[in-house]
Amino acid sequence: MKQIICENVSLGYEGTTVATGINFEVNEGEYLCIVGENGSGKTTLLKAILGLQNPVDGKIEFVNGLTRKDIGYLPQQTIVQRDFPASVREIVQSGCQGRLGFRPFYSKSDKALAAKNIEKMGIADLTSRSYRELSGGQQQRVLLARALCATGKLLILDEPVSGLDPKVTAELYKIIKELNEEGITIVMISHDIEAAVEYASHILHVGHNNFFGTKEEYLLSSEGKSFISGITKGEGENE
Amino acid sequence: MSSFFERLSEYMSYSFVVNALIVGILISLCASLLGVTLVLKRLSFIGDGLSHVAFGAMAIAAVVGMTNEMLIVLPVTILCAIFLLRSSGNTKIKGDAAVAMFSVGALAFGYLLMNIFSTSSNLSGDVCSTLFGSTSILTLSSTDVIMCLGMSAVVMILFVFFYNRIFNVTFDENFAKAVGSNTGAYNLLIAVVIAVIIVLAMKLVGSLLISALVIFPALSAMKVFKSFKSVTVCSGIIAVSAAVIGMLISIMAGTPVGATIVAVDVAVFAIFSIVGR
Ligand SMILES: Nc1ncnc2c1ncn2[C@@H]1O[C@H](COP(=O)(O)OP(=O)(O)O)[C@@H](O)[C@H]1O
Ligand SMILES: [Mg+2]
Repeated sequence: MKQIICENVSLGYEGTTVATGINFEVNEGEYLCIVGENGSGKTTLLKAILGLQNPVDGKIEFVNGLTRKDIGYLPQQTIVQRDFPASVREIVQSGCQGRLGFRPFYSKSDKALAAKNIEKMGIADLTSRSYRELSGGQQQRVLLARALCATGKLLILDEPVSGLDPKVTAELYKIIKELNEEGITIVMISHDIEAAVEYASHILHVGHNNFFGTKEEYLLSSEGKSFISGITKGEGENE
Repeated sequence: MSSFFERLSEYMSYSFVVNALIVGILISLCASLLGVTLVLKRLSFIGDGLSHVAFGAMAIAAVVGMTNEMLIVLPVTILCAIFLLRSSGNTKIKGDAAVAMFSVGALAFGYLLMNIFSTSSNLSGDVCSTLFGSTSILTLSSTDVIMCLGMSAVVMILFVFFYNRIFNVTFDENFAKAVGSNTGAYNLLIAVVIAVIIVLAMKLVGSLLISALVIFPALSAMKVFKSFKSVTVCSGIIAVSAAVIGMLISIMAGTPVGATIVAVDVAVFAIFSIVGR
């Protein structure tokens, strides 16, 4: 069942275009990875999907009963958050805000949902701790729990593993994969092409030539081949 | 010591002292509640800029000879607050540069106006009391007190009602927007409330010292407390205590009201910094 259809979308900021001609679809239960070079417009695309910014051209449609409120979002971390005085509980509960309607405070069921998702992310022992004291991996779990409070249908993740060590990265990928296996659709930006190829069902490559297809198709495509060899070559030079 | 309390109770029997205390407590409390959000959003400089704008507007009101200067000062400050908060999210005009521009511009313009048009024989005294607060806090009329009560009540009710949304807009504006919050409206609300508090606080501490009321309690609370709720509550308690202690010292020792309150706030910050290490 289709959930998001993106047709011929162009993105930009005040006159400058950063990406054009993006076409893709997301079906329920799929795992879409968005890859591409730094600055190619991946984050901008997610912002357009989330309605934080309008596309310059083309259209992004939600179908089959999906609405913006069914989307959970894990943004790229901002500097403001790093030393923010808030407990894990407060942050995860804030994911329930879409449910508040006209109520000023969270209900018992909102709080229970937050507790359940904290449990699910394996951070129950950190519930009363302050966000700013946690490690990078723990902070990402908190933000993932918050995103889960907002939705059980579709998660959008913007580089969730950037800055994490390999062990924590692997754990986080495993959690995301498990969520996907429970039936939650995943749309994830990733720098990490190996992980994208390992976990995703579909790949969207944003760049000079856009590519969209299953990961098997991507591995055979010219975009896929050149991007993967480019990255492995780049890594080789660094060593 | 007993003579201290005797003198205290004597002062408290004057209604103008009680009025001043009530107004001082309410203004400090409101400023500190909003201060938590402003400091965390890295917008505390806006409070500073706005207070200078309010000073400029006050000078215009004085020159025009308005009897109720609030009619000019409040709208001008609110408009500037909206503009500054907008431009802080704008990449074209640098937000901090815009604030600095407004801030020194308004200050210079205000002083110039007062200098050219003032009919008062004590110009530097007038300017000084607008900048650093005056004893006018002790000569509040009952309408002043009622107006202050009303505005503070509105600010506090709004703050409590929107507490969870304010948290979200402060911690992660993009996420709040993604889950369907009208973040533009909340930012507007924050701008208007800050402007109102600054205009109210001008009477108490004068326009140069207002931002101290906004930032010190929040910064002190953040040194020690770790959740948003405890920081907010503690910031309010610090603000109220500093206002009461500062005003009592000022009345007893004859020191300037605004500067004394701010000095107490600074002392609290020093203590909390040491405790929080
Ligand atoms: N708020 C903004 N205003 C103007 N240009 C921006 C803004 N955010 C990003 N850009 C530009 O848009 C391009 C794409 O950015 P982004 O979507 O963040 O890339 P990615 O996430 O793929 O690394 C970059 O060239 C960046 O400089
Ligand atoms: Mg990005």
